[in-house]
Amino acid sequence: MHLLDVKGVTKHFGGIKAIEDVSFKIQQESIVSIIGPNGAGKTTLFNCLTGLASVTKGSITFMDAAISGLPAHKILEAGIARTFQNIRLFSDMSAIENVMVAQHSKIKYGFASAALRTAGFRKSELETRQKAFEYLELSGIDSFADLPANSLSYGNQRRLEIARALAAEPKLILLDEPTAGMNPSETSEVMTLIKRIRELGKTVILIEHDMKLVMGISDRIVVLDHGVKISEGTPDEVRTDPMVIEAYLGKEAAH
Amino acid sequence: MKRFLHSPVASALCAALLFLPLKDLKSAVILFVFVLAGISAAPYIRKLKIPQIPFKASGLSGFLPVLTITIFALLPFALKDYYLDVLIMFGIYALLALGLNVIVGFTGQLNLGFAAFYAIGAYTYALLNTRLGLGFWPSLPIAACFASLSGLVLGVPALRLKGDYLAIVTLGFGEIVRIVLNNWDTFTKGPNGIAGIEPPYIAGFSLGKLQYYYYLVFMVVIAAVFVIRRIEFSKTGRAWLAIKENEIAASTMGIDTTAYKLYAFAFGTFWAGIAGTLFAAKMQFVSPESFTFMESVLILSMVILGGIGNVYGSILGAFILVIMPELLRDAQLYRMLILGLCLVVLMIFRPQGLIGAKDASAGR
Ligand SMILES: Nc1ncnc2c1ncn2[C@@H]1O[C@H](COP(=O)(O)OP(=O)(O)OP(=O)(O)O)[C@@H](O)[C@H]1O
Ligand SMILES: [Mg+2]
Repeated sequence: MHLLDVKGVTKHFGGIKAIEDVSFKIQQESIVSIIGPNGAGKTTLFNCLTGLASVTKGSITFMDAAISGLPAHKILEAGIARTFQNIRLFSDMSAIENVMVAQHSKIKYGFASAALRTAGFRKSELETRQKAFEYLELSGIDSFADLPANSLSYGNQRRLEIARALAAEPKLILLDEPTAGMNPSETSEVMTLIKRIRELGKTVILIEHDMKLVMGISDRIVVLDHGVKISEGTPDEVRTDPMVIEAYLGKEAAH
Repeated sequence: MKRFLHSPVASALCAALLFLPLKDLKSAVILFVFVLAGISAAPYIRKLKIPQIPFKASGLSGFLPVLTITIFALLPFALKDYYLDVLIMFGIYALLALGLNVIVGFTGQLNLGFAAFYAIGAYTYALLNTRLGLGFWPSLPIAACFASLSGLVLGVPALRLKGDYLAIVTLGFGEIVRIVLNNWDTFTKGPNGIAGIEPPYIAGFSLGKLQYYYYLVFMVVIAAVFVIRRIEFSKTGRAWLAIKENEIAASTMGIDTTAYKLYAFAFGTFWAGIAGTLFAAKMQFVSPESFTFMESVLILSMVILGGIGNVYGSILGAFILVIMPELLRDAQLYRMLILGLCLVVLMIFRPQGLIGAKDASAGR
């Protein structure tokens, strides 16, 4: 059984064909990378998977349930969380609060118990905070827990995005260029973190530009170009695929 | 010439000349000097780092509210009726600012028609009382819930809109409510207003006396602060803040943004309904005049002045904007001018408001 099944997904923005008839399946507890040149439609695919963009055509099935057409918050409840290429933190909230927000749908108390500050409310808030702290620790940014998110360095903001997505306790986590703008040592730390995430039993889809990184970490790779899937397979298969070489290096290099 | 028009002297001269027809030459000259000094000093003052008040660090967070509450509890023994009257209005406006702060400050949804919900609360009690003979206490929850329901009714269409559009729709709603109250003569008695509204009674004992009414309003404000603070530091409050900060991220983190915006509308307007009821029972009279667009702007100014998104800021804003005009009453014409000037200066130097949203949330 596959965790995620993307069938013939197409997304048009007016005349722009951002994604055209893309299909692939994802096995549980794997790391799958989506690569492709700028404007290939990678982020748009994530937007379709997380309910931020409606699909023009095609279907998305997650754990045997159709999720295309669901609003974003329902998709998170179904078990898919994501990070953003252009960082989208709650910038004036502290780092730990950012992570606490992600546990929203797991918190069960209602309005009245919050107003009355019942024992159940206090217990739940304490647990939420503790759990948030654990995810900050996992991402290696627990020492910044009480600082406003926008005061963190660029690299740490990206890690906070990962901690926040993890705190939603998803089955599938989508990382959109999590190492963009990082130096090599920060990058390798994030790669270690991604492997840890898989060890926790989660499935990862990763958008990444650095080919070396992608080859090292991925179980499978999907290659998009101009919205079309041009190749899919293990790193070795993709590396030697003439279509991929052509898309990345131009026609001459393929011969 | 162009250079001159942009200079401080020209600006000050303009202000003074505009003011001349209203007052004598002497006051115009005084104004000229003040404005000139203000504008010239601005670049230098702007360079000064105004320190944030570190509530948490100095351990003031518990002490300050207790001190404030004690002072306000003792005031009726020291003050003349006139000042008590002003303080009661401060309490009512504090409730309004607290309610609007939930919508604008926490959730980031601009609302320019908040006086409409204040009016709905006031008229609900006025009508229930004068037509059906219903007392203050049973009317209070009905009026609050009715205002809250109106908040939802406005919210459903309005929340499809953002920014400027939302502002215009809420403004329109405020005007519609006022115009309906003004023209539905048979039901609301139109511009004449509704008189003869009863004050609250407890076991046959009237709370209409200023001292007693002061304590009633005082208790309600404290209750409001308690409830709102608790909701603020719960998953609901976090969801509201998240929506304000980044709506897209909030939705992908599992927050039903439409629902939570509606909760904010319903919860914020609930307090406007309570404020309206208290207002009607205090004045024992309501008319549409009390619920104009200017009233909405005044409440919004309170929220912004004190520090948008900060519960104590809203109260401080209400205090300043209710008390200041009274203190400046002798200055007559000047008072609105001075107030306006203060607001402009504040927005230049502290756009985050007097307290700012951050200070109080530092320890969260
Ligand atoms: N909301 C939108 N409206 C119109 N066009 C869009 C929208 N979002 C994306 N596009 C277009 O769809 C195409 C794919 O964009 P997308 O952001 O998915 O690419 P990408 O593969 O993530 O690129 P990058 O590597 O630069 O992040 C681009 O041509 C882009 O201009
Ligand atoms: Mg992208």
